Amino acid sequence: MPLNIRTYHELTEADRSGLGAQVGAQRRRVAERLASVQRIVAVMSGKGGVGKSFVTAGLARALARAGRRVGALDADLNGPTLARLLEARGPLAVTAGAVEPVAGADGVRCVSMAHLLEDGKPLAFKGPESDAFIWRGALEAAALRELLGDVAWGALDVLLVDLPPGIGRFHELADLLPAPPDVLTVTIPTIESAEAVRRALTAARDRGARLVGVIENMSGGAFAGDAGDVLAREFALPLLARIPFGPGDAVWQALGERL
Amino acid sequence: MKFLCVECDRQMTFEERGLPGDGTLAATFKCPACGRVVAMLTNPMETQLVASLGVKIGGTTIDSEPLETIRSQVTTGRDDAFDDHAPRATPHAPRWSSEAEARLARVPTFVRGMVKKIYGDYAKERGIAEITPAVMDTARTELGLEGM
Repeated sequence: MPLNIRTYHELTEADRSGLGAQVGAQRRRVAERLASVQRIVAVMSGKGGVGKSFVTAGLARALARAGRRVGALDADLNGPTLARLLEARGPLAVTAGAVEPVAGADGVRCVSMAHLLEDGKPLAFKGPESDAFIWRGALEAAALRELLGDVAWGALDVLLVDLPPGIGRFHELADLLPAPPDVLTVTIPTIESAEAVRRALTAARDRGARLVGVIENMSGGAFAGDAGDVLAREFALPLLARIPFGPGDAVWQALGERL
Repeated sequence: MKFLCVECDRQMTFEERGLPGDGTLAATFKCPACGRVVAMLTNPMETQLVASLGVKIGGTTIDSEPLETIRSQVTTGRDDAFDDHAPRATPHAPRWSSEAEARLARVPTFVRGMVKKIYGDYAKERGIAEITPAVMDTARTELGLEGM
């Protein structure tokens, strides 16, 4: 006689673990924590080394100087540099149920994995090393969730999220937020950069994110090419800024006004 | 994850969790009809995967602490990352036995403040006046603190 095996959803009795409810509570925590944030802008690029963190920091400071309430989350968990660029030094104060961001240059409120890691040490987790590829990604996503949902970001006009190279962390961010973030894309002038950034822009667009514009960093210097123009044209986006090496305050101010 | 007693065609109910060692997480489930108990055992990788999701099999009765997953799972955290090392003088706070204090002192500084608060909340919620190593063991099992 065949066994009567029912499906998961056919078993509807109370479940003390409530794992689904626990995950739902995690998502609500993120949504509630960010409810007072007017706008979330992810600073991304498909390519490494284009200056995303540099642009994030310069833009954050310009917006703060213009009177906006600005937060900056360093989502580059393995190579965090934003705290140093914003001169935001820890320790992180723990208050009731949340961690307070550190006020950095021009009052930008910043949280970074750099606040949490020993100097010079990589982000390393407990757990069996032999199978780390299975759970490491889940732990990094959990860390990002906590940096969003366990930090008292408070009322902000804009929260800039500095993403690492590639598109993986962008997808995690979009999964965690109630709605996909706005996306500000950084490239350098080269055609190789355009190729990588094009993929990232496409992924963000396909995910339903609003593409805000393109920034060409390290412009007019050693790098030949017109990647900023090419990408802006292809995606019908404004080229918000060409940032040269050693930009002055006026460059950042103009970018802040165009965001 | 749910368990079905095929013979009775009844959903089994969660009974208790345990940490028998070796990185194993044990969760026992009982059939409400026939009383049969089964234990689900996870290997260390599976235990870690559960921890990485930030969920607790069997649920929990106290709220999670801020950055709990980061603080409990990161091994390269800096000792001075958090400004929560000052003792919290809350009314009716449970005492710590010297043995429990000694055990707490072995917890890395990065996570110690949070761990102390979790055990304190656990004891307070249950009206436990003194935290001892036995209380810590029980709390660790009941609250799903595999990584702490």
